[in-house]
Formats: sequence, C-alpha cells, structure tokens
Amino acid sequence: MQLLIFYILAFGAVISALLMVTSKKPVSSAMSLIATMVFLAGLYVLLDAHLIAALQLIVYAGAIMVLFLFVIMLLNVDEKEGRMAGNTILLQFGAILAIGLVFIMMVSLVKSGGTLLVFGEGADQFGTTKAVGKLLFTEYLLPFEIASVLLLAAIVGAVILAKRRIDDPDQKERIIPGHKG
Amino acid sequence: MVSLNSYLILGAILFSIGAIGVFTQRNALIIYMCIELMLNSVNLTIIAFSRFLNNMDGHVFVFMIMTVAAAEAAVGLAIIISLFRNKATVNVDDINLSKG
Repeated sequence: MQLLIFYILAFGAVISALLMVTSKKPVSSAMSLIATMVFLAGLYVLLDAHLIAALQLIVYAGAIMVLFLFVIMLLNVDEKEGRMAGNTILLQFGAILAIGLVFIMMVSLVKSGGTLLVFGEGADQFGTTKAVGKLLFTEYLLPFEIASVLLLAAIVGAVILAKRRIDDPDQKERIIPGHKG
Repeated sequence: MVSLNSYLILGAILFSIGAIGVFTQRNALIIYMCIELMLNSVNLTIIAFSRFLNNMDGHVFVFMIMTVAAAEAAVGLAIIISLFRNKATVNVDDINLSKG
C-alpha cells in the first residue's frame, strides 16, 4: 500500500516537473511547480515529516508561488519571451550534465543495494510539531534567531530593489508613458 | 516498505530536471522556478535521510532551507522587477549589462 502511494506521488512529481521545464508560458510553468510541491508534500507525509509537509504547502505552494504568480502577472511578459535557448551547445551541455548526474546517482545507488538501510521504527513523536519545535528552541536556538535576521535583511533588500525612484523624472516617464505627476 | 534508495533516486531525477530547466529556459522567471525545484529535491533527500536514520535534525535543516528560499525568492523577484523596469525584458540572453 505504502509502495503504491509512493509510486503515484513520485510519478506525479516527475511528470509535473517535466511539464514545468518544457512549458513556454510562465503561468502554466508556475502551476506545474505548485503541483510538484503538493506531490512532494505527500511524500513528506509518507516519511512522517508532518510539520514539514504542512510548511511545504503553506510556505512554498502558498506564499512563495503566490509571490511568483503575482510578479508574472505584474510584469505581463509577452508570450514570445518564454522561448527556449537558441544556443544548441548550451542545450546539449545541460542535457549531458543532467543525464550524467542521474546515471552516476543510479549506478552508485544500485551498487550499494546490498546495504539498504531499513526503515527505522520511530517513536510516535517523530516529525510532529511538538518534537521539531522542541529541537528548534533548544539545540538550534541560535540558527533560528539568525534566520529571523536573514528574513529582515531580505525584506529591506526587496523593498530597496523594487521601489520606484521618485526623484528620477526620466525613468518615471518611461514606466508610465503619458502619466503626469 | 519503500527503500531509502527510491527516495534518493527521485530526488536526483527532480534535481536533474531542474538543472535541465536552468540550462534550456531563457525566461528569468522560469529559471527561478527551476532553482526552487532543485531546492525542493534537496529537501526531499534530507527528509528521507532524516527518517531512515531516525534523527530529527534534518527537519530543522529543511526548515532553514525553506527560510533561505523564501528570502531568496523575495530578493530575486525584486531584482527581476527592477531589471524589467530598466530593459523591458526578462530574457536572460538580452540582459548582458555586465558583459565586458
């Protein structure tokens, strides 16, 4: 039963990832990525990581992808922008790199087949919000606090990068043609 | 029972698909999404190892990776917006301001 669920989720994740990579429109690409993230959240549940699965849905599929969609629709990029690489050497290099990576990974994993780790019988507390939170607020308290500083820096950086320069009349004219004031 | 190797192979496949996307797509927004997919595949690998080693430290690492990914998405999208404002394109072939 667990194997069947794993194969369904893995197949869905790979198919939607391929759809994302081959799509030319940014919006359909973003939708496929959301589907991939939902499938990955299912895999996290299968691995008893309940808090991480919820965070995956809320933070990744919810917040980050909504930000992506927001920017895609804000920029309103012309459809022909999303074309593939014209440089075939780059394409071939990318394909060789990716296929080689998978091949090396599979060979080394299949060769180590005799020493498979068995699925550990965890305590019933494994991966719950309480257990992860306890770890986060005791052993990993300093990284947790540093993460908040990182988020603050990201907020300030994003505002400074994306804000419109009001003191530059030339640029303002270019953004909104014919708009006065 | 699903073996650890299945999860690792799935993570490798997803990472490679993301890498192919970074190389083949020319739209900066789609390239960013491919980078997010690569981050996600690494998260899957960490969670799988964490479960099979019966150690919950991996969950904290994934938590931190998600924080960094959120910060990266915010700053990266701000960069794309300001690039689009200056050049009116998101095609990375046309953005060559720092080319010598």
